[in-house]
Amino acid sequence: MKKAVLILGATSAIARATAAAFASQGASLYLASRDEEELRRISSDLQLRYGAEVHYGLFDAKATDTHEAFFLSVISVFPDLSGVVLAFGYLGDQSAAQDFKEAAKIVTSNYTGAVSILGYCANHFESQRAGFIVGIASVAGDRGRQSNYVYGSAKGALSLYLQGLRNRLHASGVRVITIKPGFVDTAMTFGLPGLFLVASPQSIGKGIVAALGKSTDVVYLPWFWRYIMLIIRCIPEFIFKRMKL
Amino acid sequence: MRSQFISTGDFPISTHILKTSISGWGRYPEQMCKLERPERYADLRPGSGNVIARGQGRSYGDASLNEDGFALLTERVNRLLEFDVAKGILRAEAGMTLAEILPVIVPKGWFLPITPGTKFVSLGGCVAADVHGKNHHHDGSFGDHVVGIELILFDGSRVSCSPLEKSELYWATVGGMGLTGIIGEVTIKLIPIDSALIKVQHKAAGNLEQLFKLMQGPNGDDRYTVAWIDSMASGSRLGRGIAMSGHHANIEEMPVNFHSHVNNKRSLSIPFDFPAFALNSWSISTFNTRYFQKESGRAYPFFSNYDSYFYPLDAIAQWNRLYGKRGFVQYQCVIPEQNAFDGIKALLMKLTDSRRPSFLSVLKRLGPQGKGMLSFPMEGWTLALDLPIRDEGLFMLLNKLDEIVLQHGGRVYLAKDARLSPESFRAMYPGYEDWLKVKQSVDPGNVFSSSLSRRLKVGEA
Repeated sequence: MKKAVLILGATSAIARATAAAFASQGASLYLASRDEEELRRISSDLQLRYGAEVHYGLFDAKATDTHEAFFLSVISVFPDLSGVVLAFGYLGDQSAAQDFKEAAKIVTSNYTGAVSILGYCANHFESQRAGFIVGIASVAGDRGRQSNYVYGSAKGALSLYLQGLRNRLHASGVRVITIKPGFVDTAMTFGLPGLFLVASPQSIGKGIVAALGKSTDVVYLPWFWRYIMLIIRCIPEFIFKRMKL
Repeated sequence: MRSQFISTGDFPISTHILKTSISGWGRYPEQMCKLERPERYADLRPGSGNVIARGQGRSYGDASLNEDGFALLTERVNRLLEFDVAKGILRAEAGMTLAEILPVIVPKGWFLPITPGTKFVSLGGCVAADVHGKNHHHDGSFGDHVVGIELILFDGSRVSCSPLEKSELYWATVGGMGLTGIIGEVTIKLIPIDSALIKVQHKAAGNLEQLFKLMQGPNGDDRYTVAWIDSMASGSRLGRGIAMSGHHANIEEMPVNFHSHVNNKRSLSIPFDFPAFALNSWSISTFNTRYFQKESGRAYPFFSNYDSYFYPLDAIAQWNRLYGKRGFVQYQCVIPEQNAFDGIKALLMKLTDSRRPSFLSVLKRLGPQGKGMLSFPMEGWTLALDLPIRDEGLFMLLNKLDEIVLQHGGRVYLAKDARLSPESFRAMYPGYEDWLKVKQSVDPGNVFSSSLSRRLKVGEA
């Protein structure tokens, strides 16, 4: 059966590359984001380059009261929706996030909004007894660091949420995959100092689609981040708290 | 590569600005620029200072550099927006490259109306440099095949222009080196093809006179023509070369075993800078003689895949590293028809006298001049030389070549240039006065500015 995939936060570089990787395999897509002009441009690009069927609709992760109606409109387009990729996120600014207004925006954009929309997706897939949920978390969620701990805590919470969801939906045959990208060459990281081993969005997009064909539940992209983060998690807290990370 | 992190002001285009040292394809000059890389179309606009759009950075010199100013990378604004398969009309964002367009259009029986010698260039760059291909004598330059463009002005407003609509702005932007605004979208008219194969004919010529004759004869009428010149040959062999002509094979011409012509592409990469001595007069001379002898024996037409025909150097990633870490200058000039033979001969003699090797030397015929006010092509013959930078002496030689070009009424191509003087530029580009009027009306604050424009004092009254 032809895949139909909902991409939430479809205008980011990783989302665009993931959509392209799905489209090149013949999947149909529903792109969702706040930016209508970008949605229009990206969907025509995917249609023309890959001959894919692409729909789009406006979606704001922070506007949780609109999520139910949004999800119903997706299901009306694709009653046999195969899965969802949650790609929205907001890095924000750590120093600004020491003020609650920015911190709340980071938490809502990365976590509360995800809990809201994935709840509707999970209930739907559970009742269908089929489907997949791919959530893009972050290696930043593996350990709190002074440089981005508000963002990191929201992504870490998302990872825990996905873990619980995986446990709940396993019995219904619904896959839940947690993606933890390392540094990726996106607008979020462009020009940031101190980056290393930066991956292209295309390699992450292909990695996400490939993860669906494998059995790993928590996927680090590129793969070596699993070991980098293993080492970082192993540093004792009494040492870690003294480090400038 | 040094880089430094600076935070943006109130109107960020990207979250951060990357301050780093960049260069064009010739790797000379290298300059500190502030890079921004928008991912949304709405962010394709000037930020807080003077700016030049940079697509793939494939212009050779300083056209896509803006020392201490902003360079706006357009590579992520590269969406394909429309493709009318029946009419062959394609509309895309200016950051899309020809390499991305080809796999979409060729299977549907269409081809680019004009292509330069690399497919790793953006549509915006093709318009800004008004690029030409091996078919200029037949089809003109890139700007002649554009249905329309969307230009983003200094205040962020979007304006459509075309040969029919706001044509002055259009012809100031075609060949205008990005100095009228940021090219946002480009719509082009494609050409129909029967196959992805090119029927090629090579003919050897023992000296420049024979080469000119060959290219003026029936071979020169083919859709694509170009000649490789052995720039190391001197005396009675001065200007010896291979005239190469070709056209898209039509159905009657298609070889029976055409599948064997489909490339199993090997891609090579130059992983490090070659030492400066690798390409010397001896090694180039030896290579040229062997190449000339090999190609002279190839008397019959043959079929070539479009990729290996149009983009032979694209198969070697980062071939610019062959010239060593000091980089190289590509000197491309055109000499008008009536003075062409004398001018090209004088240039080649000056070059061989200097004993400076040009690894790749190419001669092409150009058709009538187009309407782009700062466009390079004019009716005549164009010579392109790749010259590695060894010492300052090269720049003295190039100044001498400029004098010869000026004496013969020709001009130097800005997309390749890194060192022309403002005086020579004004003498070579009589359309500049008209261009300046448009520039001053559309960008009165000279927001769109590049290292090239400041070096040539372009945009200043």
